[in-house]
Amino acid sequence: MSGETSGVAIGDRAPALELPDTAGATHSLPEPGEAAASVVIWTSNHCPYAIAWQERLMGAVRDYAGRDVRFLAVNSNDAERYPADSLEAMRERVEAGEFDCPYLHDASQDAARAWGAKTTPDVYVLDADLRLRYRGAPDSDYDDPAQEAAWLRGALDAVLAGEAPDPAETDSVGCSVKWRA
Amino acid sequence: MESLGLDSTTIEEREVATDDSAEREGFAGSPTIRVAGRDVQAPGDEATGLTCRLYRLRDGRISPLPDPADLRDALVAATAVVDPGEEMVGAGRDAGTGRAGGPG
Repeated sequence: MSGETSGVAIGDRAPALELPDTAGATHSLPEPGEAAASVVIWTSNHCPYAIAWQERLMGAVRDYAGRDVRFLAVNSNDAERYPADSLEAMRERVEAGEFDCPYLHDASQDAARAWGAKTTPDVYVLDADLRLRYRGAPDSDYDDPAQEAAWLRGALDAVLAGEAPDPAETDSVGCSVKWRA
Repeated sequence: MESLGLDSTTIEEREVATDDSAEREGFAGSPTIRVAGRDVQAPGDEATGLTCRLYRLRDGRISPLPDPADLRDALVAATAVVDPGEEMVGAGRDAGTGRAGGPG
C-alpha cells in the first residue's frame, strides 16, 4: 500500500502511536489526562521545508516542555529509496543534538497512514483528552524564522487555556511523505 | 526574467516522474532549475532521484528554492553569451531556459 491514508479530523481522538526512538526505546502518547497537551510532528531528514522549520519547532519544544506539553517527532519516509531518512541518519541527528524531543522511526509507515500525515513537516496538536485541536503547518512561512512557529504556539496557548485554536487547521506545507512503492 | 528583459514564456517545465528518467536527466530533486542547460546551483555529489532539492541560500540557510540572486546571476550569465545583435526577447529561448520539476 502506498500513500493511502485515513487520517484524523479536528475533534477526533488521535490514533494510538507507539514507535521506537533512535535508541530503540518505545514511546507512545500519554494516557488521557496525563498531559495538558501533546504535539506530534511528522518530519524527515532530507526535506528542505522540515530543515527550515526544525529550529523553530525545537524552540517550541523547549518553551512548552515545562508547561506539561509532550512532544514527539516522527519520520515515516521510505529509507530504502531515501537513505538520508534511514534510522542511522536519524540517530546521527539526535546525537548531534538536533532534537529536543524523541525522534521516532515509523518504519512500517502504519502511523503515517493512520494519522493521515501528508508532508514534512505536518503538525498535530492534541488536548489532554488526546483529541485533535490543531493540524497543519508550524507557521505561515518556512522562509521566515521570525514567525517562530506561531500557529503551533497559538494552538498550544489555546489548548492550555481550554479554548479552541484559531485557526484549527492550516494547509500542511512541505515535502510529501515518501511512501514505499 | 522580465526585469532582465527576458521573455518568461520561454520557461519550459518538465515533469520527472520516474527514477529512470531522474537518472537519465541527472535530476537531483525538485525543483531543478537550469538556465542554458546549466543548473543554477550545481548539485555537487547529490544523488539523482525523485526527492526534494536542498538549496543553500547565500546567508547559509537551507531552502527548498534557490537563492533569487543565484537565479538572477545564472540568467545574466546566460544572456551575456547571446549575440549582441539579437533581440533580447529571444534571449530566454536561445539561452535554453528550463525548469524541471518532479515530486518534492
